[in-house]
Amino acid sequence: MNELQLKDLYEGFRNPEVIQGFAKLINTEAKQLPRPINIMEVCGGHTHSIMKFGLLQLLPQNINFIHGPGCPVCIMPKERIDHAYILAQQEDTILVTLGDMIKVPGSKGSLQDARAKGADVRFVYSPLDTLKIAEENPDKKIIFFAIGFETTTPMTTSFIDIVLKRGIKNIFFHINHVTVPEVMVELIDSRDEHVDSYNNAIDAFLGPSHVSVITGSKIYEKFPKEYHRPVVVAGFEPVDIMEAILMIVCQFNEGRCELEVEYKRLVSHDGNLKAQALIGKYFEKASLFKWRGLGNVPDSGYKLRFEFSEIDAEKIYADILPREEIEDHKLCICGDILRGMAKPHECTIFGTACKPSTPLGSCMVSSEGACAAYYKYGNLL
Amino acid sequence: MNKQVTLAMGNGGEENNELITKIFYKAFKNEILEKSEDAAVIHNGKLAFSTDSFTVSPLFFPGGDIGKLAICGTCNDLAMMGAQPKYLTCSVIIEEGFSTRELEKIVRSMKKELEDNGAVVVGGDTKVVPRGSVDKIFINTTGIGEIKKKDISSNNISKDDVILVSRDVGRHGATIFAAREGIELTSELKSDCASLTHQVQALIEAGVNITALRDATRGGVSAVLNEWAKQSKICIEVQEDALPVSEEVRGICEMLGFEAVNLANEGTFVLAIKKEDEDKALNVLHEFENSNNAVKIANVSDMYTGKVVLLSSYGTKRFLDTPTGELLPRIC
Repeated sequence: MNELQLKDLYEGFRNPEVIQGFAKLINTEAKQLPRPINIMEVCGGHTHSIMKFGLLQLLPQNINFIHGPGCPVCIMPKERIDHAYILAQQEDTILVTLGDMIKVPGSKGSLQDARAKGADVRFVYSPLDTLKIAEENPDKKIIFFAIGFETTTPMTTSFIDIVLKRGIKNIFFHINHVTVPEVMVELIDSRDEHVDSYNNAIDAFLGPSHVSVITGSKIYEKFPKEYHRPVVVAGFEPVDIMEAILMIVCQFNEGRCELEVEYKRLVSHDGNLKAQALIGKYFEKASLFKWRGLGNVPDSGYKLRFEFSEIDAEKIYADILPREEIEDHKLCICGDILRGMAKPHECTIFGTACKPSTPLGSCMVSSEGACAAYYKYGNLL
Repeated sequence: MNKQVTLAMGNGGEENNELITKIFYKAFKNEILEKSEDAAVIHNGKLAFSTDSFTVSPLFFPGGDIGKLAICGTCNDLAMMGAQPKYLTCSVIIEEGFSTRELEKIVRSMKKELEDNGAVVVGGDTKVVPRGSVDKIFINTTGIGEIKKKDISSNNISKDDVILVSRDVGRHGATIFAAREGIELTSELKSDCASLTHQVQALIEAGVNITALRDATRGGVSAVLNEWAKQSKICIEVQEDALPVSEEVRGICEMLGFEAVNLANEGTFVLAIKKEDEDKALNVLHEFENSNNAVKIANVSDMYTGKVVLLSSYGTKRFLDTPTGELLPRIC
């Protein structure tokens, strides 16, 4: 059998004829829509793909996208960044995290700033790469600042599993894993005091495929049933997104409201049960997790179970980690953007005081945030 | 600007430009410097003059090493102004404890590359600093070259020009990422690290009407195109599917969320030449192994002055911006 090549994962899913074919079908179907529809792409990866591939330019006016809160970097509140910042500055400590987490500003600065001031901050591609850092630095404390949605949570739990099984004593964890369905409920349920009609802004959801590879599509079952919002679980390539949009439009035209899976090549109903079991073994739900721009969302975050307190950096360093809430920038409207009530260019500081190099709000922080995507790709529109 | 210098300020992109403009250009302001070319044109247009410092980890990587890089880098900057590299100086800052055997290996590599360029090192300096003061070895090279074709300038590009790239892009950046982070690939990915003097001289000898040349180092092809669009007050319209990217580089980009046009190159250059010379230039470039897949990637227009627009094969368009921040992998 031929070895699987990386190109097999995307080749064909960017085919111009297929993309144009879907665009034609969507435009034809959309003419029959009784009213304009608002689709929320929950995940920043979808926002990024939609903007990067210019897909909005192929869609009719009556299909509107609302950019959701699904970016692990942008949703991290200043309080948690401050934790990382303080932990990084402890003596004989190496703070390890993933990707562009190091750019996110807290109230004291970003991890990048901490590093410029002499703190040892490193980023890894996979949590398991931290093992090598710990091995090379046996006399130092290694704190893994764990972030991400359901996609990256199993990597952290696998890492914890190895650390405990091997009896490694110098690795500790600060857990910031969050979950998608709870914030979707929050976005539907929560009402903004200024906008009465907010509850109706989101008509359908584009569900991130990589989350469902782990969790299965089952996590979205309640949205069509209880909240009357169709969900289509979609991949991130242009062909995936266009097909999913067509599926949503067809549901509206046919009067259906269902959970459907576009990304059938890897998503099952139940997902990866082994990964789910490992998450259950080490983590339990935190009653509240604060999302940057959105505030406290019930049951949307994970924490280490009590029996693993000896590796829980939040408990070990409880005395030096602040607990007070920190307000977001006054002029920043990220909360409204994430709730689907405003677009990035409606913000007065978009592209001026708030830019990817000096982000003030959550949506500009990560390259996958809505504001960052608009800043980078969106000003032709 | 940030109160402290961050790694992002050395990325060859937006923050790097800000650091240079607000601190160095502000203090050193003069007519030659402000042209912002790859090498300064001095001595009544007869000589090109350039300097560059080299720090790379790992020091030895597939396709090259820091020594080869230190010679190619400066010679290529001279070549981009239509100059034949002649005289170089070489300064090294070495960390205490560095292996003399490795140093010899690096210097041998420099010698070989100097010979290829027809240049000589005529001066230098050596400093050894305490362990931890530098990361193993830093090399600075400064060079003077004799200008063979005058008036090559990134300030003069117009709608009469087309934009070519000499080979597939992003190889050096992708190789260094893979080597540094231990990403194991089944295929052979090598840096494009190479001298460009011969290609440039062949283009000049063939009479190609060159407007501008630039080697796409840090910041990659997108940084070059954006600088050109701003300097020449033009719009560059890139056909996305014309951009040559190898399978290996594309794979790394897909995996980590990078764009190949933002990744560094060390032997790839971008050319702005007169439209009518497109075939002539491509024929010359195709004679060289390092540029046998040279191709036209863009036209020049006035659609969005000062901007680079990427046109997709399925009829959409977007801006291709100068890279910002450190190149960091996406999270999920």
